[in-house]
Amino acid sequence: MTVALFFYMFAAFLLISALLVVSVRNPVHAALFLILAFFNGSGLFLLAGAEFLSMLLLIVYVGAVMVLFLFVVMMLDIDTSELRASMATYLPTGLAVSLVLVAELIMVFSAWISAPDALKLRAAPMPAGVSNTEALGRVLYTNYVYYFEMAGLILLVAMIGAIVLSLHHRKDVRRQKPAEQSARRRKEASKLVDVKPGEGLSS
Amino acid sequence: MIIGVEHYLTVAAILFAIGVFGIIVNRKNVIVILMSVELMLLAVNLNLVAFSGHLGDLVGQIFTMLILTVAAAEAAIGLAILVAYYRNRRSISVDDINSLKG
Repeated sequence: MTVALFFYMFAAFLLISALLVVSVRNPVHAALFLILAFFNGSGLFLLAGAEFLSMLLLIVYVGAVMVLFLFVVMMLDIDTSELRASMATYLPTGLAVSLVLVAELIMVFSAWISAPDALKLRAAPMPAGVSNTEALGRVLYTNYVYYFEMAGLILLVAMIGAIVLSLHHRKDVRRQKPAEQSARRRKEASKLVDVKPGEGLSS
Repeated sequence: MIIGVEHYLTVAAILFAIGVFGIIVNRKNVIVILMSVELMLLAVNLNLVAFSGHLGDLVGQIFTMLILTVAAAEAAIGLAILVAYYRNRRSISVDDINSLKG
């Protein structure tokens, strides 16, 4: 009963905040509602028994990706009124497509039953008496280690790509050059002039 | 009342449809389009996790982890492209992004 209560609470908040993400005017508010949606999605993960993924969603998604979204949204000065002007024109199309989509998806799995021998085809059955994190780690680091390394490679490529795309040198800004500063010697910067008394410095 | 896999599938289907709706409605705002893609990926992850719990198979959760990785990479690259584009054009309207059209 408690599980059902929590499920409906998380599901309702998830769907409401997802609707608000796509319909609020201000992109900052949209990003904040997306954070709320991810929080509730992580609650649903928790109810489905994926404890590690739930925490991963909170830490990686809410902690890193959504903060990235917020930074970018706040960095760009966007005229939202102009961007949202087209919303009314596309509203009927969007409603039609999404309603048809959700009706079809629900029709697909309302008449769906799992095959009787589906349980025999499981690639990595959950071991009994082991926590979710430990079981996931065992499977991930033995059978799926190449996938894991590939994921690391994808993240590396994404990191380098993001740096290459967003790094640029501004020509109009004077920057400190520490190498040149520390390579500077006294001879290049100053000279000792022997000034005769009464003549002054004439150059 | 027992929460079965169909409940999760219904929520994920509605969430996916909301993502599609967001992409169609916010045709001009690239940031909200990226957020809608994130919502759709969350719906897919919810499906995988629900089936993983339903069948007692851990592979669904591993695939969810890989999808999370790809989604994070996609968000980072997309936002970097957006920042680079904004720096050049002072606008992120989708209608202006047509210089590759020829």
